[in-house]
Order: sequence, then structure tokens, then C-alpha cells
Amino acid sequence: MSKVPLQFRHNGRDVAIFVDGGTNLLVALRELIGDMTPKFGCGQGGCGTCSVLIDGELHLSCLTLAETVGGRSIETLDGMKQGPNLHPLQRAFADHFAAQCGYCTPGMLMAAKALLDRNPSPSRDEVIEAISGNICRCTGYEPIINAILAAAGGRVSA
Amino acid sequence: MTRHRGRGIASINYPIGMNLGGDPSQALVHSNPSGKFTVALSSIDLGQGMKSVTRQICAETLGVPVEDVYVDTADSDTGPHCMGSFASRGTHRVGNAVMAAAREARGVMMEAAAEELEVNAADLDTDGRGNIHVKGAPHRSISTKDVAIAAQFKQGKTISGRGIFLVPLSEVNPETGEMSPATCYAHACLVAEVDVDDETGEVAMVRMDSAYELGRALNPRLVEQQLVGGAWMGVSHALYETTEPDYPEPAHGPRDFVEYLMPGPGDICPHDIAVLERPAPDGPFGAKGPGEMCANPVLPAVANAIFNAVGVRIDDLPITPEKVLRAIKAQGGARPQARR
Repeated sequence: MSKVPLQFRHNGRDVAIFVDGGTNLLVALRELIGDMTPKFGCGQGGCGTCSVLIDGELHLSCLTLAETVGGRSIETLDGMKQGPNLHPLQRAFADHFAAQCGYCTPGMLMAAKALLDRNPSPSRDEVIEAISGNICRCTGYEPIINAILAAAGGRVSA
Repeated sequence: MTRHRGRGIASINYPIGMNLGGDPSQALVHSNPSGKFTVALSSIDLGQGMKSVTRQICAETLGVPVEDVYVDTADSDTGPHCMGSFASRGTHRVGNAVMAAAREARGVMMEAAAEELEVNAADLDTDGRGNIHVKGAPHRSISTKDVAIAAQFKQGKTISGRGIFLVPLSEVNPETGEMSPATCYAHACLVAEVDVDDETGEVAMVRMDSAYELGRALNPRLVEQQLVGGAWMGVSHALYETTEPDYPEPAHGPRDFVEYLMPGPGDICPHDIAVLERPAPDGPFGAKGPGEMCANPVLPAVANAIFNAVGVRIDDLPITPEKVLRAIKAQGGARPQARR
């Protein structure tokens, strides 16, 4: 299979790679860019842990053909922290014990960011809807929902 | 179609850890020349807080700040032996091993400090902030860092300790058949409220109220985290999860997160939890273990709530809509039981 040249923005930085035709974005990010923050869970859109933002919109990177993101802007968890400072959502997740094993956390944080970027003060039901494509095995969701609501309300310790 | 509200209760008596083979765990504690301590374990932290709680136990026993303790669970090939992180055994078994190791290390640390301060080790105490002083004379003091340096470079001692926790193996009495399979029990009671739809067979969680007696809660936030998440897992076992195929053909079994059903964030319900602390005589600082037992009372409570709602007794997990509907049909319709 021939290689396809591909350029896009990855967390604010221009990147250029060659991908095999048919490669999905998750593989391109992890194996070619070296960004390991999007996780492989099921590979068919059932768990949400590979979630990334494409031009600000939430997408499952395992179901996105890498070739379709040429010229677009990809955000992953790797770009969430600003220098040494955690993003308010990351701070809120830590404060609210919203992670245990941590495998769902990158996808949860990206789903939460997609929500707060377009709706800074969501209701509890809107938060539940926003993370409904993401499976968590450990927390029972309640701490995650509370963390997102706290981040939205600015109730996060510095 | 009618939705029937039902309430069920369940209580559990949960043995911490196992008895087979004595259920041992080991820990090693040593100081570095910097005066910081390392706990070596093979016990795995899956996110439940094994590292946090063993760090607390070690720091408290040594009498040093929790920041001065590092827990290394890196390698179960080279680390001291552990049976594993399961059966609610981590805090109790591993915690006891860490406590024993830290106690031995503290003894060496106090001897080394006594040599530097030229006093009897029995007259020394720690202040929990990284200093060792003569009892009643806080100005006669030395930092744990200086003790570690003296032990390492001058006295030629390792400030270290070994710990193991091993439950005596309980043999079966051949006359009576009696045995004591566990030394430590945790307890819980949970009330579940559900809505059962008699047309679809679907069960929706309405609320849960629970009380857990789990010894001393060494880290209350981690205990709460276990209880909240564990109850969700109990709901998942009660109503959703199975590795069995829906039809008698293995190829139809669930293979991934799309087919292996679990409740999502929209399926959770309010859960009010009370934690009762009744210290365990053989637990580290009185702790038992809030692990596996968090999920256990949920299953019978949900099954009882379904019986209370529609009068069908399902004794086969998970309680799927299909099983509920077939049972309702077999008894000729929903028969709500008395609410209590």
C-alpha cells in the first residue's frame, strides 16, 4: 500500500507524516507522532478513550481515517496542560478523585473540554450527555460528573 | 405499561483476604542516605490507592512526614513476595507487612540516632516532621537526614526493616468440620430502590443507601472513592455484565466494549453512604479493607428490589430485561409486593 503525505496541526504545532492508506488517526497519533495520550480501548467506537478534538469538535480517533484530517487542527490530552500548570479540568479531576486506573481519563477529559469549550456552564444532564460515549470501569461516573461541574463553576483549587 | 417501584435490602459479612496457604504479603523498608524512605512491594496499585495507604502506614509507623516516604511497586520479579491485589486484602495484609517492616526500620533509626546523640534509644522520640529528639528535651535533636548520613557513612548500618503478614493456616477440625477461614470481617448493608418496567423488563436504579463497617478508614477520600465506584460495579454485575453468550453459541459472546454491556453515566443513581469505623484488632491502625466488598451487597439488594417491585425472583445473574419479562409472563403479570 502506498504512503500518503499528511500535514495537520497537533496541539498547536504543525506536523508532517507519511501514513499508509487506511491508517486510522489513533495509530497515526500514537505510532507516527508519538503522542500516547489517546488510548486504544476497543478500536470500534465503543469506549471513548481514544477521543480527540478535530477543529474543536469531539471525535473518536480510532474511527477517523488519518487522511481526512489534512490541514485540520487536532487537540489531544497532551496539549491540555499549559506549561507547568494543569488545565482547570485536570485539576478538578485530581481534586474530585475522578480517576482510578486512569485508562478512560484522557477520553473523559477531551469530552469534557469539548463540552466546556462550547457550553461553559452546563447542567448536570448536559455533562452526563457529553460523557455518555465514554466508559469508566472504576469511578461509577459520579466523581467525574462532579469534577466537570466544579471546573465549569470555577470551583477548583489553584 | 406500568413502572413498578421496589425496594430491596441486603447485608453482607465479608472476610478480608483468604486463608488458603496463609495469604502472606511481604514488605521491605529502607532509608536512602538522604533520610527519605523507600517501601518495596510487589503489591500492585490498580488505582485503588495501595501506594497512598501503604505510604501513610509507613510514615506513621516510622514517625516521619508522609512526603519522606516513597512506595516502589515496580517489579514483582525482584520485589518481596505478595499474593496480589484482590479479596479486599491490600490495606489489611500489605498494610500489616509494611507496618512490621517500618517498625524494624524505626528501631535501627533510633539506635543510630542514639549513637549520634550519645543517649539511650529508649529515651528518644520522633516529632513526625523529620526530627528525632530526647523525650522532654526537644532541643537535643537530630534530623532523620543526619541520622541516615551517619548510619550510611560513619556507623556502617543500613536503616532498614523486613515485614511479613501471614495468617496462621486454619485446618479443618476432623471431628466437627469447623475451621476459621478468616481473622477479620467487614460488614455492609445496602438498600436499593429500582423501577421495573413490566412491558420491557428493564430495571432502572432509583437510589441506593448504604452503610459500610470497614475498620478504621485510613484515607477517607480513597475509601469513599472505592465505595462509590464499587457500588456502580455491583449494579453492573446485577443488571448488565456477562461473558456468557446470549444464545448457546460461543461465537455470539461479547468480544469488546460494544457488546459487553455496562451501565453508562446516565444509568447511575444517587447513593448515600455512611462509613462506620470500628477498628479491627489485627488491622494496621485498625483498618480492614474496602475493596471487593464494595460491590457485593448491591447484587442481592437489587434482586430483592426487583422481587419487591414485580414479584419475580430472579436467581441468575445478570438480571436482564429478557429474564424479568419471561418471569413476569410465567406468573401471569406483575405482582407488586408490600412496600416496607
